Amino acid sequence: MATPTLDKVDDAKPASVASPYITVTFRIRRFNPEISAEAEWQDFQIEIDPKERVLDGLHKIKWETDGTLTFRRSCAHGICGSDAMRINGKNRLACKTLIKDINPEKPITIEAIKGLTVLKDLVVDMDPFFQAYRDVMPFLITKGNEPTRERLQTAEERERFDDTTKCILCAACTSSCPVFWNDGQYFGPAAIVNAHRFIFDSRDEAGEQRLEILNDKDGVWRCRTTFNCTDACPRGIEITKAIQEVKRALITRRF
Amino acid sequence: MSIETTGAVGPVEGVSRYDVDNPAPVIEPPRARTKKTPKSTRTNFELYGWLFMRLSGIVLVVLVLFHLLIQLVLDGGVSKIGFAFVAGRWASPFWQTWDLLMLWLAMLHGANGLRTVINDYAERPNTRFWLKNLLYTATVFTVLLGTLVIFTFDPNIR
Repeated sequence: MATPTLDKVDDAKPASVASPYITVTFRIRRFNPEISAEAEWQDFQIEIDPKERVLDGLHKIKWETDGTLTFRRSCAHGICGSDAMRINGKNRLACKTLIKDINPEKPITIEAIKGLTVLKDLVVDMDPFFQAYRDVMPFLITKGNEPTRERLQTAEERERFDDTTKCILCAACTSSCPVFWNDGQYFGPAAIVNAHRFIFDSRDEAGEQRLEILNDKDGVWRCRTTFNCTDACPRGIEITKAIQEVKRALITRRF
Repeated sequence: MSIETTGAVGPVEGVSRYDVDNPAPVIEPPRARTKKTPKSTRTNFELYGWLFMRLSGIVLVVLVLFHLLIQLVLDGGVSKIGFAFVAGRWASPFWQTWDLLMLWLAMLHGANGLRTVINDYAERPNTRFWLKNLLYTATVFTVLLGTLVIFTFDPNIR
């Protein structure tokens, strides 16, 4: 177990020593297509230190109470972007959300991110999300011969797109976007952020093509600037600003 | 197997219709590429639509606020409005142009706004198609009728 302190929960502690553990209710949206077509809420009571993360609570449930609970996580430290989920109605990374920060007095609701097909419990089909990501060609495209040394860039040129390099593709933004919820045809904030990362990169030469792709009817013009994506981003990327910058680039390119 | 006997009603008293070999259907993933998926448009329509909303909005703020001020506040307020008042204003090409511009911009601005609302909220392609049809018909009718009235207004009509 990654956090050995969790093991010595109850008995040995006398009342004189204040126990750091509290009882928290996790209300988890369960779905298993092999049992029922309906998803339903299930409550789990766990003893946990409120300074632990929601992911630790999920681990505790999976490892000690109900092994069928299904969720994704890889690095468990906010880098891989596997465990984005809707916690208390807001998209967050379970591995970056401390239990004390989300009012453990009340049941903590945990469900899969919205707008994508739920496969089981908290696991969704990420294919449409990555399809949109692939559509914006998220890789360096250049013309001519390759230079013999690295492609140099000034600190200012690097700074231009620094914010959008932070994306970990967790889909918290795209699955918080009400326009994406409707029919899933909108490219979504994450794809636009990753297009922005290359459009404003001085070394890249396919910005024009990416702008053309995002000029599509399901491209940047469907953004309603509701800022859900910016609120949801666990990396604090100013996503709405990036989308607006792409819009501005499209307009200044035309006129 | 209970699947044949329970029919289409769903799980009955602890017996599930679904098992490992027969899972429940999941909701179709969005953005799957099918034959019906519309091809990418490669036009600037959405760009111009977006820009039009901003520009017409700015112009409309001036047009509509002054319109309301003249019609409802200044010079006796709403009680002065009658056939004679309208006839008097439309005798001047300035007010004709003002009203024409306001009619066109407000109608197109509103129609484009509703078009995006329909795009955002209508879930089935059919609903979307018919709502938009209704919207475009109403818009064209109102714009044409208004334009016709402004240009062919006859103050001596009996």
